[in-house]
Amino acid sequence: MNTSTSWPHAVFDELKQASVRHVGYVPDAGHSKLIEMSIDDPEITTSMLTTEEEGIAIATGAWLGGMRSVVLMQSSGVGNCINMLSLPVQTRTPFLTIVTMRGEWAEFNPWQVPMGQATQASLEAIGVQVVRATTGDEVVAAVAQGATMAYEADQQVAVLISQKLLGKKTW
Amino acid sequence: MVNAPMMDRRAAVQRLMDTRDEALVVTGLGSPSYDVHAAGDHDANYYLWGAMGGAALVGLGLALAQPTRRVMVVTGDGEQLMAFGSMATIAVAKPSNLEVFVLDNEHYGETGMQASHTGQGIDLSAAAAACGFADTAVLHTLGEVDALTTRLVTEPAAGPRLYVLKIASENPPRSLPPRDAVYIKNRFRSHLGLAPN
Repeated sequence: MNTSTSWPHAVFDELKQASVRHVGYVPDAGHSKLIEMSIDDPEITTSMLTTEEEGIAIATGAWLGGMRSVVLMQSSGVGNCINMLSLPVQTRTPFLTIVTMRGEWAEFNPWQVPMGQATQASLEAIGVQVVRATTGDEVVAAVAQGATMAYEADQQVAVLISQKLLGKKTW
Repeated sequence: MVNAPMMDRRAAVQRLMDTRDEALVVTGLGSPSYDVHAAGDHDANYYLWGAMGGAALVGLGLALAQPTRRVMVVTGDGEQLMAFGSMATIAVAKPSNLEVFVLDNEHYGETGMQASHTGQGIDLSAAAAACGFADTAVLHTLGEVDALTTRLVTEPAAGPRLYVLKIASENPPRSLPPRDAVYIKNRFRSHLGLAPN
């Protein structure tokens, strides 16, 4: 399968395989397919968020109640999350987020650059493991292993999807 | 000038906890955690010591994962003000098993009693109602709390509910829940019959 364009489907399959039953999201072009599939799947509950850190608190509560959650966000949203990430880190609660990158490759909007450049360092500073992926195959593999690390080894994991894969934003 | 709130916070929370039955309880950092602990420690209590702004949303995640269980969030005005957007997120998610109780003393008690927005016209009950919560109210007396607790266990909910309890701004002696976050998590999950991981 050519995963350069179909990776969202394969990622969704991996999440289902890992028994993820809740998806928290903010609107995002790079995640639009995953969001759509999650909403359409009767087995999955979705939460539309007003800001990314809400998804972290919801995911922690869901795990407390026995449900696996994943949070979809953009790199700019990572900056909103830092203190709330102390919740899964300190409680050693499984946490998986998939982050679409801005501000790192062929970025036309300078306002996206500071947070895009600070994303990985910020996540690592608060104690979240970062895995970068630049091809469709890498994204699928990173999400699959991230789900294992999170839900089975109690880790907090962020998969960063390169802007190289998402492509230049066109107007 | 509007009269300062007078309700005794420990007595109010004791009343909420006396009627909890099988409810799962999440507490916001600071005094709400101490109040719930003072009413009696419980395996189904999930105490937050940080992550300010997270309590109502931890409650939402729990309510979605355990749709047949009643979930009570007990937090403060400062914590809920930081989570203003959570009222929109909870209203859209529409969990009918989630109740948020805001202990509102119109001050930040933990940091030296600085005034909060709720003493200056911001009404969290009205904000929740505007978002679409199924039921909201502002309570000023223990008698009103008693009437509410009776209603909560008898009336089925049509959606999430939020109640503001106007309490006196005082810091009663601290009643400290365990600070070991992993212990509290595992104890809570074990209460639900879930393995540590």
